[in-house]
Amino acid sequence: MKKDRRDFLKLAGCAAVAGVGSSTAFHSLLRGEAEAAGLRRAGTKKEKTGVRLGMVIDIQKFLDDQDLARRCIRVCHQIHNVPEFGNPKDEIKWLWTDRFEHVFVKDTHYRQAQHLQGMPVLTLCNHCDNPPCVRACPTKATFKKADGIVGMDYHRCIGCRFCMAACPYGARSFNWRDPRGMDEHGRSFIRELNPDYPARTMGVVEKCNFCSKRLAQGKLPACVEEAAGAEAMFFGDLNDPNSEVSRVLREKFTIQRRPSLGTYPSVFYII
Amino acid sequence: MYGSGRIIPALIIFVGLMTFPIWYNAGKAQQPPVLVLPTEHTECVRDAQYMRESHMVLLHEWRDDILRKSGPRSGVTASGMQYQRSLQQGCMSCHYDKKNFCDQCHDYTAVVPDCWACHLEPTKEAI
Ligand code: SF4
Ligand code: SF4
Repeated sequence: MKKDRRDFLKLAGCAAVAGVGSSTAFHSLLRGEAEAAGLRRAGTKKEKTGVRLGMVIDIQKFLDDQDLARRCIRVCHQIHNVPEFGNPKDEIKWLWTDRFEHVFVKDTHYRQAQHLQGMPVLTLCNHCDNPPCVRACPTKATFKKADGIVGMDYHRCIGCRFCMAACPYGARSFNWRDPRGMDEHGRSFIRELNPDYPARTMGVVEKCNFCSKRLAQGKLPACVEEAAGAEAMFFGDLNDPNSEVSRVLREKFTIQRRPSLGTYPSVFYII
Repeated sequence: MYGSGRIIPALIIFVGLMTFPIWYNAGKAQQPPVLVLPTEHTECVRDAQYMRESHMVLLHEWRDDILRKSGPRSGVTASGMQYQRSLQQGCMSCHYDKKNFCDQCHDYTAVVPDCWACHLEPTKEAI
């Protein structure tokens, strides 16, 4: 049978319609998932359901104890085998400090209090309630758990770094080098291996996991435990009115990072 | 055929050399590795046959359940033994001799798992 261009296009059109009709993308559009996947309009009231773990960081307490942030970072990076490559380009960070005007971006403020400028602020993955990194990850290596934690399955990460592009807080780091390797002086990038926790490989993205493993053992996140003496950090279920975080959030005025983006961070700052 | 006096014997020698491993081992059964089993325990989390065939399936199940669904980090065997559902802290706490356990079979079957790229092998002190 002779097929001319016109017949071919008709056939291709039918096939495309049939294909689209059965495709999941089309169905999910029909089911309104596309809207759910898009940014919610900022300011839309968010209903509180289930457990949502969250953290409160008191910036003033870190100003009172200048060494506290360094100690929190050290304990976090030590127990999680976070490598230290010794240069900012390759840096892996789970918990880190940045200047106030970088954490709470100056561009979106007409004025910011002078005394806060340059002040180091402890930052980490916000475990957003509407996490763009989860939507961006094509392999579901990044996922949101029922307790609100945004987790990583390093076995599945293919290193495409979509999540890094999607995270507006720079909370993810890419392993450009082998974390288990050594520098030119023969020093291991992981100073002291913690035998209870795995490391990662080159080509994998990593970030803070709210100390999921410690939580499973009934402990607090390591940084919160370190800061407990100074009452500088609080942790718990944001949806439980009787939890410590809820109490702190009731009593203190707090702000979140870039709320206009609608990611609903689970980390709050007392200014 | 021109040159057959040299080509045919050369071909026979070539084929003989290429197939040397086949006829050298013919009639002899390859011995599967003998594993060094932990002395402190007589049972594993599942029966030996299942572990032999499907330990990797079990590890993947543990991983997905614990990581994604906050599943329990410990389990109990049929006879009541408590164990950690963890490669590094569960499996390797009994099978701490990786060289004589994991590596034996994996070398024999030429299967290279990438577990150890991230998970830490038990150290000398642990043995
Ligand atoms: S802070 Fe970034 S990495 Fe963490 S959940 Fe939000 S978007 Fe994802
Ligand atoms: S780099 Fe890994 S975690 Fe990030 S989007 Fe790609 S697969 Fe997902």
